[in-house]
Amino acid sequence: MQGEGPAICLGSDIDTDQIIAGRYLRTKDRSVWAAHLLEDLDPTIVGRARGAVIVAGRNMGCGSSREQAVVALREAGVVGVVAPSFARIFFRNAINVGLPVIEAPVSSCTDGARVVFDLDAGWVKVDGERYPARPLSAKMVAILRAGGLVPYWRSRL
Amino acid sequence: MSTLSERILGAPAGTYVDREVDLAFAHDGTGVLAREALRDMGVENLPHPERLRLIFDHIIPANTGMTAALQTELRGYARSSGIALTDAGGGICHQVMSEGPVRPGMVVVGADSHSCTLGAFGAFATGVGATDMAAIWASGATWFRVPETIAVRLRGDLAGAAEPKDIALTYVSKLGMEGATYRALEFVGDGAAGISMDGRLTLCNMAVETGAKTGMFYADAATVGYLAEHGASVSPWIPEDCRYEREVDIDLSGIVPLVAVPHRVDTIREVEAVAGTQIDQVFVGTCTNGRYEDLARFAEIVRGKKVAVRTLVIPASRAVLARAIATGVLAEIVDAGCMVAPPGCGPCLGAHMGVLGEGEVCLSTANRNFKNRMGVGGEIYLSSAATAAASALAGEIAVPEVA
Ligand code: SF4
Repeated sequence: MQGEGPAICLGSDIDTDQIIAGRYLRTKDRSVWAAHLLEDLDPTIVGRARGAVIVAGRNMGCGSSREQAVVALREAGVVGVVAPSFARIFFRNAINVGLPVIEAPVSSCTDGARVVFDLDAGWVKVDGERYPARPLSAKMVAILRAGGLVPYWRSRL
Repeated sequence: MSTLSERILGAPAGTYVDREVDLAFAHDGTGVLAREALRDMGVENLPHPERLRLIFDHIIPANTGMTAALQTELRGYARSSGIALTDAGGGICHQVMSEGPVRPGMVVVGADSHSCTLGAFGAFATGVGATDMAAIWASGATWFRVPETIAVRLRGDLAGAAEPKDIALTYVSKLGMEGATYRALEFVGDGAAGISMDGRLTLCNMAVETGAKTGMFYADAATVGYLAEHGASVSPWIPEDCRYEREVDIDLSGIVPLVAVPHRVDTIREVEAVAGTQIDQVFVGTCTNGRYEDLARFAEIVRGKKVAVRTLVIPASRAVLARAIATGVLAEIVDAGCMVAPPGCGPCLGAHMGVLGEGEVCLSTANRNFKNRMGVGGEIYLSSAATAAASALAGEIAVPEVA
């Protein structure tokens, strides 16, 4: 599982309320969530998200279990999320919707830096600097490869 | 020699297990998405609908036509699938579950991050997202990584005006917002026995604010007694010697009333240090502190007086509301000038009914004070119900009197 794109740098402890605010949750329209991605933090992010890799600080995705957060990221076109640590529900949710999450000790980030990751080989590069990525369990890899838990499930029926 | 998580999940920390789920619940928010995912999975029949619950709490009663339509659809699905539904007004999912079927040693999964609350019964209780919940509906099972455990060792007894919420804020600040990510917390030590079930639910509720997968108490005499009142007979669990990853020690007798200040739950101050901070709204409720003991303590302080600021009180469940009516606590709250709204999450997640305006400050008994959570530009301080009561009377953050 590989991916690449320009970096969008975020700080630590980005909670799911910031990723998608509670006031946008009452719809099933995924494009609404994508359109308001990280809006209260920085309204310019949504315009830069397609094809980009989010490089966040520690504890990415803390807070509520709302899956709309990872769906918003994926629907907005984000190709992967890199962080030194993730909140566990966010991490699980990301895999369940087929959004690659790369836990790696990335220590610096500049917006637009070139990010390349290879989850099979277990590394991520930010502006040429290479960091080891924490390996995923076999089950997580299988779900991610299938494109998420729904297609994974369908493929096993 | 195992931790509670290892005993319940039946494997050592660090291993991945597939495990049958004894109870699983979702609310009006996550339930809608789980239903969608289930449909996308192509699953028709649920193997164990009797283990599942749907509880409407997040936006009740519906605030818009869109919300109403989503709830109507989910209500219909509950009926056709055989999933038991607690409709709007029954209470917050975690509270409703705490009044019913949870037993020590169960594996309980909720599609809500505060599902760790139910670890208060000595169950392995944790939160997942909606698609994970759909897979649990479809199969009755899910996977877990058995967590390492951090012991929170409680010593002595609370004194003065301190409450279980102040213990929760203490351990959250000691561990930090990611201090226990992927870990379980076990609340142990001689101080644990003296904490009521309501207090234990408050402590376990906030485990996720440290990143923890769950927070747990051993089922002891208090648990057995509480469940007996709810018609269940269970045995206590005896702790084994086990290896904790680390221990955090808390002397309960030294705890004073605390607040978490905007916008981090792990940034706490003594109430005394921020006394006099102007507030625009007080909110007493949520799955953290909307229980009967909270309402009773709040009423004890405001009894016969008038609040000086907009104050919203939301019982965590219909059972809590009924008890507060029966004991006269609710009348005292209303007489003091507070608004009372139907059991549910209320403005906790900033969706309706008490949303903050730009620059407004709220003192809340909830568990999260993230920036903009209760409304864009609003600021949230978190405290116990006692601190909320004293502050409501003063119109500014104020230190509660000793009970
Ligand atoms: S009361 Fe608040 S924290 Fe608790 S379940 Fe409801 S929205 Fe979540």
